[in-house]
Amino acid sequence: MTWVLGNLGLIADLTLEHLAFALPPVVLGLLLAIPLGWLANRTRTGRTIVVNLAGLLYTVPSLALFVILPAVLGTGILDRLNVIIALTVYTLALLVRTVADALSAVPGMVIDSATAMGYRPVRRFLSVELPLSIPVVLAGVRVAAVSSISLVTVGSVIGFGGLGKMFTDGFQRDIPQEIIAGIVLVLVMALVIDGLLLLLGRALTPWTQARAGARR
Amino acid sequence: MNVFGWLLDPAHWTGPQGVPQRLVEHLGYTALTLLIAIIIAVPLGAWIGHTGRGGFLVVGLANGLRALPTLGLLVLLVGAIGIGLLGPLIALVVLAVPPILAGTYAGVRNVDGAVVDAAKGMGMRGRDVLFQVELPNSLPLMIGGIRSSLLQVLSTATIAAFVALGGLGRFIVDGLAVRDFGQMIGGSLLVALLAIVADLLLAGLQKLLVSPGLRAVPQTGRRLRAVPGRAPTAEAA
Repeated sequence: MTWVLGNLGLIADLTLEHLAFALPPVVLGLLLAIPLGWLANRTRTGRTIVVNLAGLLYTVPSLALFVILPAVLGTGILDRLNVIIALTVYTLALLVRTVADALSAVPGMVIDSATAMGYRPVRRFLSVELPLSIPVVLAGVRVAAVSSISLVTVGSVIGFGGLGKMFTDGFQRDIPQEIIAGIVLVLVMALVIDGLLLLLGRALTPWTQARAGARR
Repeated sequence: MNVFGWLLDPAHWTGPQGVPQRLVEHLGYTALTLLIAIIIAVPLGAWIGHTGRGGFLVVGLANGLRALPTLGLLVLLVGAIGIGLLGPLIALVVLAVPPILAGTYAGVRNVDGAVVDAAKGMGMRGRDVLFQVELPNSLPLMIGGIRSSLLQVLSTATIAAFVALGGLGRFIVDGLAVRDFGQMIGGSLLVALLAIVADLLLAGLQKLLVSPGLRAVPQTGRRLRAVPGRAPTAEAA
């Protein structure tokens, strides 16, 4: 504990840096996954291509992806953008399939009703299909967010900041408290973000609450 | 930047620090870890799935693992045990067990109740039901768990180069130390390729081992039913 109490400022800085690494990829990945998931849900071939490509990207280990991306994109090898883009790729790979599944789970009758009421495809997608797929998509976003928070730490192996620094530094200087504190902080951050996403999901889908209430 | 230059230099393909040697090391750690993890997780998962006791624990463990930073676990164990094979090996096994455990548990648990009843009705005992009915039927999910574990172990073994373990991760860590980016990228490409090939091989194995009767995919229309919570359990560490 003494190490933690003596380094609260550092810990706060690393926590903020960690969030700055971990959260933008989740938002970016989701924003990209929605149109791609929609596309994948249109045709069977599109779906096969998207699902397989996503599986392939998800297979590449993160440390390798952090290093390969700059070679592909032409960014500097220690550019923070590499981590953000790599994690966006993982989120996208995870969510594109979830979005396609969620959209395909919207009951056909609901879509037909919306069409009959005069909704054109774009508006129908935005105000009927997308909201109805929130519960499934959100489950995927929660997984992606937790994974992203955990994966940022890998970047510290090649010198990126965030809470992973507490692992590399604690290892090199032999301070077990620092490593343990880092693990606990990552777990707590994952738990808090997961909880916040759960609450956000409830706020966005009031009808699921009403249904649960009626059942009671 | 010449991406393939380092890989194409024959000097990097021989000797104790050459690509073949590092590849063998990497595969060795992975195989050893998976072997230990399977020996632990498959019987345990089968038992839990068969008896139905402690299932919530398995699911919680598999979910909790996603948040656990693998690097943290690695440096903590190596710091406690010392540089060498044992520390990283324990960390790798800890990471490899939950997906296999969850896959085996879910596989055995999800076997159609009518099939189990039929087996019992035919006079099979508990052990016969487990070995001849429940385990063969649970192979798809079990091998799915092993695939998740394999990817987890391959990627964590890469990170283990940071704690002085061999394997392909050495090229990334050593390359960074001397600012040899070509070496870093070459090593990364090898790791990525290895992961993709290994995953494809297991996918092939899955096709070979799983009974054709289980492969009959239910006819799906354009609007497929979503299965919430069936997101990949693999953590691309």
